[in-house]
Amino acid sequence: MTIERGDIELAGVCKSFDGVTNVVDGVNLRIADGAYCCFIGPSGCGKTTILRMIAGHEDPTAGEIVIGGQNVVGLAPVQRRTAMMFQSYALFPHLTVRENIAFALRVRGMSKTDRLRAADAMIEKVRLTQFADRLPAQLSGGQQQRVALARAAITEPRVLLLDEPLSALDEQLRVQMRQELRRMQQELGITFIHVTHTQLEAIALADLVVVMELGKIKQAGPAREVYAHPHDRYVAEFMGGQNVLTGRVEKVNGASFVLAQGVTDGIEVPLPPRPTVSIGDQIDIAVRRDDVILVRPGQALPAGCKSPLPGRVLAIEYQGYFVKVMLDATPDDDFVAYVPEKIFFADPFIVGDAVLATWATDRARPLA
Amino acid sequence: MQPSSTPSSANLAGWLYVSPLVLVLVPFFVAPILVVLAASFFATDGFGGLTPGFTLANYIEVLHSSLTLKLYLATIKFTVLTWVFTLIIGFFVAYFLVFHVRNQLLAIGLFLLCTVPFWTSNIIRMISWIPLLGKEGLINQALLATGIIHQPLEVLLFSDLAVVIAYVHQLTIFMIVPIFNSMARIDKKLIEAAIDAGASRFDIMRLIVVPMSKSGIALGTIFVVSIVMGDFFVVKVMSGGGSASVVSAFYEDVGVLQYPTAAASAMLLTLVLVAIVALILRTVDIRQEITR
Repeated sequence: MTIERGDIELAGVCKSFDGVTNVVDGVNLRIADGAYCCFIGPSGCGKTTILRMIAGHEDPTAGEIVIGGQNVVGLAPVQRRTAMMFQSYALFPHLTVRENIAFALRVRGMSKTDRLRAADAMIEKVRLTQFADRLPAQLSGGQQQRVALARAAITEPRVLLLDEPLSALDEQLRVQMRQELRRMQQELGITFIHVTHTQLEAIALADLVVVMELGKIKQAGPAREVYAHPHDRYVAEFMGGQNVLTGRVEKVNGASFVLAQGVTDGIEVPLPPRPTVSIGDQIDIAVRRDDVILVRPGQALPAGCKSPLPGRVLAIEYQGYFVKVMLDATPDDDFVAYVPEKIFFADPFIVGDAVLATWATDRARPLA
Repeated sequence: MQPSSTPSSANLAGWLYVSPLVLVLVPFFVAPILVVLAASFFATDGFGGLTPGFTLANYIEVLHSSLTLKLYLATIKFTVLTWVFTLIIGFFVAYFLVFHVRNQLLAIGLFLLCTVPFWTSNIIRMISWIPLLGKEGLINQALLATGIIHQPLEVLLFSDLAVVIAYVHQLTIFMIVPIFNSMARIDKKLIEAAIDAGASRFDIMRLIVVPMSKSGIALGTIFVVSIVMGDFFVVKVMSGGGSASVVSAFYEDVGVLQYPTAAASAMLLTLVLVAIVALILRTVDIRQEITR
């Protein structure tokens, strides 16, 4: 009864360590075979616990975990054909790179020549041939990460579970290893489940991004959907790149509604396909930071833009290809515009300038 | 103030750093060894008087005596037996405390419990074996009562068995402590990674725990071997005078005022022990294991 497919289904999975609070609280999710799935959320949101339950290092308090059509709750990791790559890698410090990678084959009883040959093939795949006889302590962080990846992949698992695999690396290496992970995933053609707390990492890698909070899934979907169309305020703020505004619905007219906001005479927002908005509702809307256009008071608004938010420039950060301009346009002083570098420096603002923030009306989205 | 980078003041600082150790080691270790070393080359008038001089006669006497080899064999037998049993017991006690007791407070409590026998004196601990192992002791009574034996077992007390039992009783803690210490530093994630790779409990012990506890095992071995080889009291009491060890022989020499021969035997034993410890340190690089 070997598991041949790596599709995963979580059905009503709960986990409680103390019997009182659920660290993972009724999670339902379907992950396709061969997908790259990223779980993302702040620390303590239960993402690592889910990973460990899929791996077989924790048992769920309730619910089912199905891999390749088989309920695997209670099975050992080997029977699940999963392999885990641990945070900070957990390489065996007394074994060489080759012995580390061959470890799983060794405990499966494979002969020494066979397992060392298999390990050497894997070492070549992760480009560590010249380091095969070193101990983990003699390797750099990136090399250790590749050893950990090779050690997990050597058993040809159907599902590879990665617990914050890049968190121990510095920024430059992280970007590089990110690509390597994706390349390995495509080469192996197996399901990767990757836990992270870095938004950029998740959207850069994943086919399926799962945003979590307090043991629950807030939104699960393709990277672009989660980033560009966050479901609610939490996801919008966590994934970043969005300005979230709160207000009361003043008017609902045909294809749009008007949101009253203290500082301005109302923001027009297009209605969602299934309108659930009625007058008087307290509602959040989101506007992408790179959709915001800044104009000086008195200047004409660009076409399609209405109801500008007045504000003052609080801070300016140069980011290379864009400039991050922070405004006090909302009560929480957290309104940000990403202005393309060329446009910004055509008429640069300085801190303290009065500006109007506006955007094409159809770029605003109501949040649940 | 002098800049500390000048060679002389750096030197001075270096000496100051080692001075506490030097102050302990010189009077309590180096000086006595030198005294014994000197005495081993002296001649004696046979009544405890020493004649300063240089003679190898004492060493020749010790090395020529067939008794020396016999004593070393007996001592090594006790040492090996004690080492094997303390290692097995110490390893598994430490293993249990580190990997099976989930509650850290409970683990520390149980660990302290292991030291309880040390709250009483060595002699009392040995004497308390007598009512247990003696001819009329509890074990013999129980065995007689159940009908397994019809004659009390004489081998239990005042025998080599009793000597080994007493040693193991006294010295297991010297294995538990260093092995516990090195095991406690094994990252639990490594065990999980091994389980993830499909390792059985036995594989984990064989391939992960034992190799990573090497430094603790080596330290415990040094403690146990040097204590057993340097002891005569347990052998004397627990064997009822029936067995002897290297040290008990030169204790006898001291008793009959043959100081130079005793000194020569002592120097020989010191050399043997140094060789054994060097061998252990060669097998396991303790310094590297500890700093890893």
